[in-house]
Amino acid sequence: MPLTESSRRLASRHLLGLEGMPKEDVQLILDTAKSFREVLERPIKKVPTLQGKTIVNLFFESSTRTRLSFELAERRLSADVVNFSADVSSVKKGETLKDTARNIEMMKIDIIVIRHAAAGAPHFLSKVVNAIIVNAGDGAHEHPTQALLDLYTMREKFGQIEGLNVCIVGDIAHSRVALSDIHGLKAMGANVSVCGPKTLIPREIERFGVRVHYKLDDAIRESDVLNVLRIQLERQAGAYFPTIREYREYFGITRERLDKVKRPMTIMHPGPINRDVELSANVADGEHSLILQQVLNGVAVRMAILYLLGTAN
Amino acid sequence: MNIKSRVIDAAGFERTVTRLAHEILERNKGAETIAIIGIRTRGEFLAKRLVDKIQRIENRELQFGFLDITLYRDDLRGKLTQPILKGTVISFDVTGKDIILVDDVLYTGRTVRAALDELIDLGRPQSIQLAVMVDRGHRELPIKADFIGKNIPTAAGDEVHVLMKEIDGEDAVVLTDAIEGGKS
Repeated sequence: MPLTESSRRLASRHLLGLEGMPKEDVQLILDTAKSFREVLERPIKKVPTLQGKTIVNLFFESSTRTRLSFELAERRLSADVVNFSADVSSVKKGETLKDTARNIEMMKIDIIVIRHAAAGAPHFLSKVVNAIIVNAGDGAHEHPTQALLDLYTMREKFGQIEGLNVCIVGDIAHSRVALSDIHGLKAMGANVSVCGPKTLIPREIERFGVRVHYKLDDAIRESDVLNVLRIQLERQAGAYFPTIREYREYFGITRERLDKVKRPMTIMHPGPINRDVELSANVADGEHSLILQQVLNGVAVRMAILYLLGTAN
Repeated sequence: MNIKSRVIDAAGFERTVTRLAHEILERNKGAETIAIIGIRTRGEFLAKRLVDKIQRIENRELQFGFLDITLYRDDLRGKLTQPILKGTVISFDVTGKDIILVDDVLYTGRTVRAALDELIDLGRPQSIQLAVMVDRGHRELPIKADFIGKNIPTAAGDEVHVLMKEIDGEDAVVLTDAIEGGKS
């Protein structure tokens, strides 16, 4: 009905990252996701919105949770889904990213969801193929859908993000989640800080308008939300801090530490958790934790993004 | 909006809603099994009026909800902009209920088709009946209303608008010149 119908569009036809995304676009995605949260509570958790659209999940890096979440979102929108993972593909035979993508596109793919170890791979793809590109994590650069589900979860809990004090704790230097979170949170008006050992905080991170804490207790004292990142044990190999035990001693979130501040604290984590390393088990499973809520919201947020991008012309 | 003529005024609007409420009750032998669901956005206001009216007549609480059919539309593809989702809010089980589906204007029937599909994904109603303020003809699907406020045969160049106090400041049904945007 033309008189009352109100519609909007995202500024970009791809979702490559949150850097530079206007606040209204972040808001549109979060508002749209709310409707999809309702769909996920229905007996039939499926709507016909993307019928006839084909989506390929192009995962050059292993991932369980993100791929599963995307695939559920795609199927619940009735899209046709093709999965591709690098370990069983022609990539092993030396094919370039461009050739892989072009070949896939010739098979009439509408949307490519890509996870790649190289920062900028989705941006590159968006220039060489016509399909809509969704970044599911590129190197240590961005992981926009994770940040959007973090934002959604915070907004659901606190009502609004503006003015919220959020600290990202852990390996900031190697984290794509950290960077996307910083961009998204700043766009929405949160006060953002990071906390971790000096070796894992990128130099000049303050340029993004974030504060840096080198002591966890300082971070806890000043924050409403701690978004705790996974210590990437496979990446560490002892180079960035002496031992896991020492990391836990200084930067592990424990109940004792949280109990020192006399106000409610919210803990988030993008998963998978190293229990009793960055997060003690009783915090991860405790009343502070929104971790499982994040997983649930992840599907709704990804449905919202695919709806907004996938129905555009 | 360039109003050509006023088909129903405020008093007529009120009487029409009252008649629709009585017809619904007559057909369903009371309000015991019925639940009212308005199609967003304009059907939602008419649905609320019917709920108020029926509750007053029958002196019992009615279950009601709203349906946002956007995700079930058949014209979503290739749009320049995406309709903003307002969300479906139905906090009861539709299974076994006689659902009165409410919209302001029945035209091509495509909105109703989408609503039927969505309702059936939510459960298995005993029946679904359609109540509209205006039936303006020009159906593109085999769909007809059970309860009609007024039949208004329209020419291709005409638009029918159901105005309601809640959003338009007055209750009325008016004819206007066509505006760009086409059928919905």
